[in-house]
Amino acid sequence: MTDVRQSPKLTRRALGALLGGGLVLAAGARPGAAAATTVRSSARIVVVGGGAAGTAIANRLVRRLEGATITLVDARREHLYQPGFSLVGVGLETASYVVVGRTRDWLPAGARLVEEEAAEIDPEARRVTTRGGTRLDYDFLIVATGLELDWAAIEGFSLDLVGKDGIGALYAGPEYAERTARAVRAFAERGGTAIFTRPNTEMKCAGAPLKHTFLVEDIVSTAGKRKSAEIVYCSNSKVLFSVPIVSERVRMLFAERGIRTRYEHVLRAVDPVRRIATFVTPQGPEELGYDYLHVIPPMRAPEVVRNSPLPWADKWKGQHWVEVDPGTLRHRRYPEIFAIGDVAGVPKGKTAASVKWQVPVVEDHLLAQIQGREGREVYNGYTSCPLITRVGKAMLIEFDYKDDLVPSFPGVIAPLEELWISWLMKEIALKPTYRAMLRGLA
Amino acid sequence: MKELTLSTLLAVFEEMFGRALFWSLVAAALLVTLLFVLVLVREHRLESRRFLRAELTAPLGGIAAVAFVFWVTNSGPANIGGPIDWVLLAAIAVAGGGGLVMASYVLLGLLPRCRGERAPAARIEPPSAARSTANFRKAA
Repeated sequence: MTDVRQSPKLTRRALGALLGGGLVLAAGARPGAAAATTVRSSARIVVVGGGAAGTAIANRLVRRLEGATITLVDARREHLYQPGFSLVGVGLETASYVVVGRTRDWLPAGARLVEEEAAEIDPEARRVTTRGGTRLDYDFLIVATGLELDWAAIEGFSLDLVGKDGIGALYAGPEYAERTARAVRAFAERGGTAIFTRPNTEMKCAGAPLKHTFLVEDIVSTAGKRKSAEIVYCSNSKVLFSVPIVSERVRMLFAERGIRTRYEHVLRAVDPVRRIATFVTPQGPEELGYDYLHVIPPMRAPEVVRNSPLPWADKWKGQHWVEVDPGTLRHRRYPEIFAIGDVAGVPKGKTAASVKWQVPVVEDHLLAQIQGREGREVYNGYTSCPLITRVGKAMLIEFDYKDDLVPSFPGVIAPLEELWISWLMKEIALKPTYRAMLRGLA
Repeated sequence: MKELTLSTLLAVFEEMFGRALFWSLVAAALLVTLLFVLVLVREHRLESRRFLRAELTAPLGGIAAVAFVFWVTNSGPANIGGPIDWVLLAAIAVAGGGGLVMASYVLLGLLPRCRGERAPAARIEPPSAARSTANFRKAA
């Protein structure tokens, strides 16, 4: 057999051209190269809250403003990656997965961190006072406190019940999410009735209660115990999700998986000894026995916001979200105040993905105000939820204020399909993207 | 996602793997590719026998890549849901298979017995080169 010269000659010149082209491409792709201009200003900016929103906006403002004083107020030392709680809550990750370093590790060198809790916001005096007595006068205020979980609103419930006798509460924090996983495991072994709830208030990540339901059903099925288990999802309203097309899709998936649904059921009380959950319904109180109960409490703005004049007076009574314009996130009565994230009083957007979109909008309008021009960016209510339906599958759901689906990868990743790639995005890409967002790079 | 620029993507990958690991992986991938190209250039062709042997490792590389992705992401073949999942699966298999083929080709090229040449000792010089050199010397 003779050797035949087959492929074209690879000359040194061709190789050089290839390498050269590659280098040119690489040189153009330097990460973090700021395309936007910096603005000179001696403004004093106070950011209340060092979570996703506070950290991201602080990083961006430090980069854009020269000479400004940026102060961030947060007593909590650890930064928590909340989107990971759902995975910890069923044992797919451990508590350490959601602790991503300290708050101060994510802040830029140009920002000052006051490690105390904000106690008072006085928009007339333009001052924030901390619990330790530190007074911070501001020219601009960004309220990014996140929200408060009102566990006391559920009679008979206390956090030390979590993980024992069938009670789960993954929203409570990393350790509680881990304990919840223990309760889930116990349920998967023994079977019985599992009840999943959600509050009758706005909540952060309205998809999480559904994800938890789907995951527990999948885990029980994988364990071969599905026949001895009954899975019940109790919605607070007449629908399963605020976006109609998504609610219908979830309804169909629930039906496929044999997950029972109860509507207009709001958890009011728990008897952990008799394992009875009491719900408020239009027909009166209803008691349901459980072997596993997942509790999510009513949510509202933290005390420092509730005690201030910032919340909506006539909307979301009892929840006290900050009164901001839905498109600019600027306060409707105090133009130098903005709110980002869970505490903002807008119809949608209590997710990390919403923060990702809100931060550049606030950056634009704040800088516009400093420069005396009109801001250009508008927040359209973008909210995103990788709705996990099984271990290994998820539906990437993205929508806006109008309840329109707004997929990021149209034609490639179908929004209402259970896909492996959407699970991969949640498993692999979400946390790194979140971290990049914290640094103001995404 | 607001804007999926290259710099955003790189920032995400850096966070995913850690800056050192990510750029090491990029360097390793580039190195294998570069060595492959260098071997091609040095020998002025694709040595077909060696390449065929290298290609035999492709299925192994493809399966290993897919298995690795399933393993690190807590998922499995049952989770393939739609056409994009098949596309992604194929892309992972191709990347794993292709990478292993290139790496095998380079490694086989380093082992004298596996170079695939029939007469490793005697390399016949193209006649034209010798003649033109001789002519040049004559003219000079």
